[in-house]
Amino acid sequence: MDWGFFAGVAIAGLLAGVMYSLVAIGFVLIYKTSSVLNFAQGAMVLFAALTFVSLHEEGLPFWVAFAVTLGAMIVLGILIEALVLRPLVNQPPITLFLATLGLSYVIEGAAQLFWGTQVHSLDLGIEDVPLPLNAILISQFDVFCAVVAGVIVAALTILFRYTRTGLAFRAAAEDQYAALNTGLRLPVIWASIWGVAGFVSLVAGLLWGARTGVQFSLSLVVLKSLPVLVLGGFDSILGAIVGGLIIGLTETLAEVYIGPYVGGGIDQWIAYVIALGFLLVRPTGLFGQRSVERV
Amino acid sequence: MSLRKHLAGAVFAAALAGLGAPAAQAQTPGTQYFPLQSYRVGPYAAGGTGFFGGFIDYMNLINLRDGGVNGVKLSWSECETQYIVEQGVECYERMKNSNPPPSAWNPLSVGIAYAMIPGITADKVPLITIDHGRTDSTDGAVFPYVFPLLMNPYSETSAIVNFIGSKVGGDQNLGSKSIVVLYHGSPYGRETIPIYQLLAQKYGFKLQQIEVPDPGTEQEAQWLEIRRIHPDFVVLRGWGVMNPVALKTAQKTGFPANHIIGNVWSNSEEDAKPAGDAAKGYIALTTQATGTSYPVIQQIESTVYAAGKGDMADKSRIGSVYYNLGVVNGILNVEAVRIAQAKFGDQTLTGDQVRWGFEHLNLSPDRVKALGAAGLFHSIDVTCSDHEGHGLVTFQQWDGTQWHRISDWIAPDWALLRPIIEASANKYAAQNGITPRDCQSQVASN
Repeated sequence: MDWGFFAGVAIAGLLAGVMYSLVAIGFVLIYKTSSVLNFAQGAMVLFAALTFVSLHEEGLPFWVAFAVTLGAMIVLGILIEALVLRPLVNQPPITLFLATLGLSYVIEGAAQLFWGTQVHSLDLGIEDVPLPLNAILISQFDVFCAVVAGVIVAALTILFRYTRTGLAFRAAAEDQYAALNTGLRLPVIWASIWGVAGFVSLVAGLLWGARTGVQFSLSLVVLKSLPVLVLGGFDSILGAIVGGLIIGLTETLAEVYIGPYVGGGIDQWIAYVIALGFLLVRPTGLFGQRSVERV
Repeated sequence: MSLRKHLAGAVFAAALAGLGAPAAQAQTPGTQYFPLQSYRVGPYAAGGTGFFGGFIDYMNLINLRDGGVNGVKLSWSECETQYIVEQGVECYERMKNSNPPPSAWNPLSVGIAYAMIPGITADKVPLITIDHGRTDSTDGAVFPYVFPLLMNPYSETSAIVNFIGSKVGGDQNLGSKSIVVLYHGSPYGRETIPIYQLLAQKYGFKLQQIEVPDPGTEQEAQWLEIRRIHPDFVVLRGWGVMNPVALKTAQKTGFPANHIIGNVWSNSEEDAKPAGDAAKGYIALTTQATGTSYPVIQQIESTVYAAGKGDMADKSRIGSVYYNLGVVNGILNVEAVRIAQAKFGDQTLTGDQVRWGFEHLNLSPDRVKALGAAGLFHSIDVTCSDHEGHGLVTFQQWDGTQWHRISDWIAPDWALLRPIIEASANKYAAQNGITPRDCQSQVASN
């Protein structure tokens, strides 16, 4: 056993998992406050990245393009709340899920309609080359992504736990009627959280876009984050990070050490095997909140 | 393109969608009609807009410059497939009974092409799968209506190994080399597995074939495995987003780009550009060169675009890999019609008559030059038994902004591949109750 190689594989897997977590966090934000599994999260990642890179290519400086795109994502969030979610208040979860499924097609179509179908390169100025650490390869770009993910998790944890806004978010998630009775304005809360999810989508889109190029396939990165959510829990930001690390680590190790014996290409479905296993023994995931209902 | 143009385009497109207007020139009675199962939206739209843009621009050139093919104008209409097989088949069902009838189908999709083979064979209309499709459809005795023009996947495999042989000082040196094939986890990706094994046995090189699950947005494990194997070359048999991610991850794991050889679906600007500096030095196979220096491309610009009839919204993509493939595909379709007209008369031809034209499509280098395409592609010679047409390939290298040709035109090892192709075609014939044609008598009767 080459332990140096094993360590390299493990670290690469953990860092890959951070990338999955970035997308999963967007899911968690929406689910945490409105109990909606937002299937349009991948489309939002695509829309954000495509808008940013197109504006940047038009000549807007990086931070201006970032700010304008963030504004566009907030407007998108407000529109989604007003046109899709508000009319569907108190509908069954499957109705809301299907609404977001439809929304994903609309957003994907709009992104291509506005910005075209070309593939764009995106350079964030961070080299995607290995750091010189003997036999273990650690990409400085991956380290940067891990730091960004850590900052986002810390900021969101502070927001949810230690601010009045966060308290309002949690109240709305717990019981919409009770939240309304205490004077909370649900439309504002939902629009705000979709705006925050838009910000996370933008960050995820830029980091994924720098890795894969900004193209339609960005909307497919959700496929990587679904097992992360099952594992970590749909309503836990910490769970999104831990779930991402476990999935990334397991699928990379499995592909390298088991893949050659079964024909390879197993890293895609092995993540879902793990998620399914967790679903059977712990349906709410590692950090998901168990709902207790009075009957 | 400016932001204002983007927005204007979006508003215009929305207006068109609202009115239900056709996306392209509709077929007209008395013309030679080509139904186009195009994909201009969805994950593969970048390739679709380039290929179908080049194809349409060439047909427009023939209409504007020559007044059609011997006076018969070309017409076409588009049906959006988004590269989805079901939608491609639906487009086929919708357009197959058109008036005038379809001349040939050109879906540029392996999945759609596979699904159409029984239908187009019954309809007696040729199916063109340039650079792709079923390898065994090269055997025209069993597949009379299917034409994998210029190159099939087995020929591609052989040409890549020949190229690697030339890089290491000759095929005799391949025995000491190690090659990894990184392939897309799909029937397309897996199709060449046995051929690489065959070539490894023949030349003695070490071979590992590693699968990347679709879509290929994460390849850490595969490239760490490659790092452990430490091969001399990696063949990239990718598709879509898998390609730039492969190049990026190769850089991350320290594998040099100039030892990665891409196949025909890993050879476009859309594959290399998103990888940025990681793609510098990357090599890929192609059947047609890039650039705008060829007379036919220049005539398209000076005739079609000057008349405001160009299909490409972004003119800077003229001369790109997919665009030039579309132009070459247009040349082959038009010349098949011209050859068929010589036998059946200068009139609107049936699909079956156009099929005859494809089966006698012989464009020598001199004829290619006369068509203004010298250097764009080499030549083609299709026969009853060989629907591929002995196309030659070349290799190009990415310098960070564009491709440059780095090899002469290379021939695959057709003699080695032919028995395998025939065996597979005969198996298909037996399974489907097909009696293969006698191509010798076909040649004699012509």
